[in-house]
Amino acid sequence: MEFLNDLKDQVWTAYELLAAGWGVQLLWGIAWTLAVTVVSMMIGAVLGSLVAAAKLSHRGGLRFIGESYTTVFRGEPELLIIYLFYYGGTQVLTGVARSTGSIGSADILNMPSFLGGVLAVGIISGAYQAEVFRGSFLAIHRGELEAARAYGMSPWLRFRLVIMPQVLRLAVPGLGNVWQLTIKDSALISVTGVAELMLTANKAARSTHHSLLFYTLAGILYLVMTSISTPIFDRAERYTSRSFTRPK
Amino acid sequence: MSANVAAAARAAPSSDETPAISVKDLRKCFGDHEVLKGISLEAHKGDVISILGSSGSGKSTMLRCINLLETPDSGEVRVDGELIQMKRGRDGHQMPADIRQVERIRANLAMVFQSFNLWSHMTVLENLVAAPTHVLKRPRAECLEQAEALLKRVGIWERRNYYPPHMSGGQQQRAAIARALAMNPKVMLFDEPTSALDPELVGEVLRVMRSLAEEGRTMLVVTHEMGFARDVSSKVMFLHKGEVDSAGDPKEMFARPPTPQFKQFIANFNK
Repeated sequence: MEFLNDLKDQVWTAYELLAAGWGVQLLWGIAWTLAVTVVSMMIGAVLGSLVAAAKLSHRGGLRFIGESYTTVFRGEPELLIIYLFYYGGTQVLTGVARSTGSIGSADILNMPSFLGGVLAVGIISGAYQAEVFRGSFLAIHRGELEAARAYGMSPWLRFRLVIMPQVLRLAVPGLGNVWQLTIKDSALISVTGVAELMLTANKAARSTHHSLLFYTLAGILYLVMTSISTPIFDRAERYTSRSFTRPK
Repeated sequence: MSANVAAAARAAPSSDETPAISVKDLRKCFGDHEVLKGISLEAHKGDVISILGSSGSGKSTMLRCINLLETPDSGEVRVDGELIQMKRGRDGHQMPADIRQVERIRANLAMVFQSFNLWSHMTVLENLVAAPTHVLKRPRAECLEQAEALLKRVGIWERRNYYPPHMSGGQQQRAAIARALAMNPKVMLFDEPTSALDPELVGEVLRVMRSLAEEGRTMLVVTHEMGFARDVSSKVMFLHKGEVDSAGDPKEMFARPPTPQFKQFIANFNK
């Protein structure tokens, strides 16, 4: 009985705290987390496809650049990359601004926190996406690429009509994994001050002293976001691989 | 010897018109291995040339050199009189001088592959209209109409909305032949079109190829189908170790094999 009463109190406190404004804040946190993840995924998709193309190139120089990219950005701790972009970026921006006289010699030009964050997470996401795209390209039946050449398609047509649709189809399951990684990496950019879910939960926990409540809540919300994405990617996979499943 | 063979290969039914395909002294090495040792060939409009040879004789490589899927080390290829321009790359290897020209010529030389190579993410109908609309830039409606007619002709119209992996090998190869026809090609190149098929599916593909031969299409056919070579083609060419061993009229060649190698080759098939 004692325990149940205790739990009732806890739930009531949680309700009060959420209703007092932390609930709305957490919803904003989710929105920012999704925004960071989506933008990072898009930056990563562009970088990832360029890096995959470099790694598949005939030119040794390009291959080296591609290999270095994936080795460095998959091999370094995510937090280090984020610090590098945010604080390093601030130092570079400040240096440039001071030397051009746009700001005073004692002023500091901060790297915009959202921009610095999504660049860092996007670059990391790109390293993983590059591997996904490369593997997907290599899984395309060589004969189909040859047929595209034999029918007079230019490199651009081959890319648009044969390579890209098939890479996307083969990449969907792998991209689902990268999406989950990227959601989790987005929590790290709380260090730059973007009010995403992690930072919001942190703020709430510290100012209300209800750490257990808010970190558990944030944990559940992250889990909801990552698990909702699984059926979405499953559906996408069924759609893009429809030519390989039996017709109904 | 090779000059005589070249002369024999020119014994075409047509007159002094420009050959649809003319290949002169084609050479190709893979590493140290010389696969083609100077092959010449002429195909006139309406010729159906069966190219025979045991595996490793260079017959597929020769076919693939004609549409530049393989780059020959030396020699020249003319399609409808137009020479495919080559240049030397920095590493000393020959390469196409103008890739646009190669793409344009390829569109005139529709190829049918051993493993079909239909685009697996497109339906059969989409496979047939992809290159005509995007490469030849013909109106889509017109291409669709032609594609449906071609699919009726090869007998798989009711499969037009299927994806290739859902069809049998014979159906896929007939779709691939229809895809080739949709280009209105000057010459059709067949690279062992029945070799990947189950024996009971070979007939349906050969029937389509025979009907193409009968309507006067120009065809180069690398094949192991002796019946097709003897009864359907207008000329047989036998490659042996990267050279033209013998060439000539099919009935004549099969009745009186001109060389011991060719005699041995057909003897192995009749076993």
